[in-house]
Amino acid sequence: MTRYSAWSVIKNGFSGQKNWGRAWRDPEPKSGYDIVIVGGGLHGLATAYYLAKNHGLKKIAVVEKGWLGGGNGGRNTTIVRSNYMMPGNRFFYEHSLKLWEQLSHELNYNVMFSQRAHISLLHSPAARDAAARRYNTMRLTGTDAEIWDLETLKREVPHLNYQNARFPIIGAAVQKRAGTARHDAVAWGYARAADQLGVDILQNCEVTGVRRENGKVISLQTSRGDITAGKVGFAVAGNTSRLWQMAELGKLPIESHKLQAFVSEPLKPLLDQVVVFGVGGAHFYISQSDKGGMVFGGDLDWYKSYAQRGNLPLVQDVCEAATSILPCLGRVRLLRHWAGVMDMSMDGSPFICKTPLENLYLNAGWNYGGFKASPASGWYFADLIANDRPDPVVEGFNLQRFANGVNIDERGAGPDPKLHG
Amino acid sequence: MIRIKCPFCGERDHSEFTYGGDASIVYPALDASAEEWHDAVFLRENIRGMQSETWHHVNGCRMWLVVQRDTVTHEIRSVRPAHEATAKLFAASEEEVA
Repeated sequence: MTRYSAWSVIKNGFSGQKNWGRAWRDPEPKSGYDIVIVGGGLHGLATAYYLAKNHGLKKIAVVEKGWLGGGNGGRNTTIVRSNYMMPGNRFFYEHSLKLWEQLSHELNYNVMFSQRAHISLLHSPAARDAAARRYNTMRLTGTDAEIWDLETLKREVPHLNYQNARFPIIGAAVQKRAGTARHDAVAWGYARAADQLGVDILQNCEVTGVRRENGKVISLQTSRGDITAGKVGFAVAGNTSRLWQMAELGKLPIESHKLQAFVSEPLKPLLDQVVVFGVGGAHFYISQSDKGGMVFGGDLDWYKSYAQRGNLPLVQDVCEAATSILPCLGRVRLLRHWAGVMDMSMDGSPFICKTPLENLYLNAGWNYGGFKASPASGWYFADLIANDRPDPVVEGFNLQRFANGVNIDERGAGPDPKLHG
Repeated sequence: MIRIKCPFCGERDHSEFTYGGDASIVYPALDASAEEWHDAVFLRENIRGMQSETWHHVNGCRMWLVVQRDTVTHEIRSVRPAHEATAKLFAASEEEVA
């Protein structure tokens, strides 16, 4: 495979950029692998990459029912941040952000990571106090965090609604190292890098059954034949419950909900940062892509669903929030909107853990936060599979935490999956 | 938009309702074991297909309904009042008015 560089771009320029080779192979499934990761999204691909890179393992396959990044990997608003406060989350997301900072070099693939700052608007002194507590806690363990007063905010983001907003803006909580990345490039970058280390990436290969014997998974039945596996990792957020039930493991603390995202027609540069607005029932986040489209989203559709399409009342809600803080968007046309199916967990935190079956490992429950988590999720899931024990950083992401009373409820919303936005 | 046939008000947009959750959950007795309560509060079958769920007609009659709905196609098979006794009282008071 070609190593991408300025030189390779110049060289291919002589033939009109038409003769680039494949970025990854399209192999036929072998009859068996040492490790099979189910799910060719960002988490599955990152896991396969780190299994090969960090742990030197061979004979790894990723099976994906559709195409790479066709699920939630390609259905998000591409925001990367690590402004979490709870002990179980803080170190994990900070590790993820550190991996993001090196990711393009690591993968030799430009994931267009842009640390443009993440600005959460504040609307009341109480909200500012809560944010100060959260952001001070982050600073104690080395995550960057700032509280901006209104003057600073007006200087940095001049065109927010400072005049007649229903909820007047009084300042912002800011993480400057946060930002956005190009979601497709992350899937392609991990796929290419994993493939170069010998990982077989099997697309259009849907798992239809899980064969188990004596407390172990023996093989996976797929639409491209049976595949035996030494170890199996599930990384299929959105459809975790279905696979879990194929393995006859019963119920999970997860519900599938859909979350919509939107992109507008391309505009000239307007917004340099990620801006988040959440008060009085509104929930809204927006950034501008490199192509100029305003990329934004809001809440879930509020009812359980496996459909990858959103409903119209939410479109209205989100657009109302958009025009309330950025009135200048009032006449901008919507280009597209789409919905992804989220694993909403009972406390809003994920699972990277062992399961009742000896050689089966679970990566699930990412709620709204899967995109930013993907590098660290792959990193620690690979570590779990390779060493058969969780790293202390992700020890809390287990299935027993509800029974043990150690939920990691960042939002404090209680055991109702749809409320963990 | 999902259209829900409320037994009290007729067919309405789902934006008049709020979604409750899985209607198949039966909460155990107050003195049941912690395991039973854990399973009822935290574990879900998360059905892909026809499921039974509760909706609250919060911007209408304020009645709780049990709806059978497909979680992939959003097709609704049936709607009934969640509390039959309340439904009977409601029907009786309607007759009185009539």
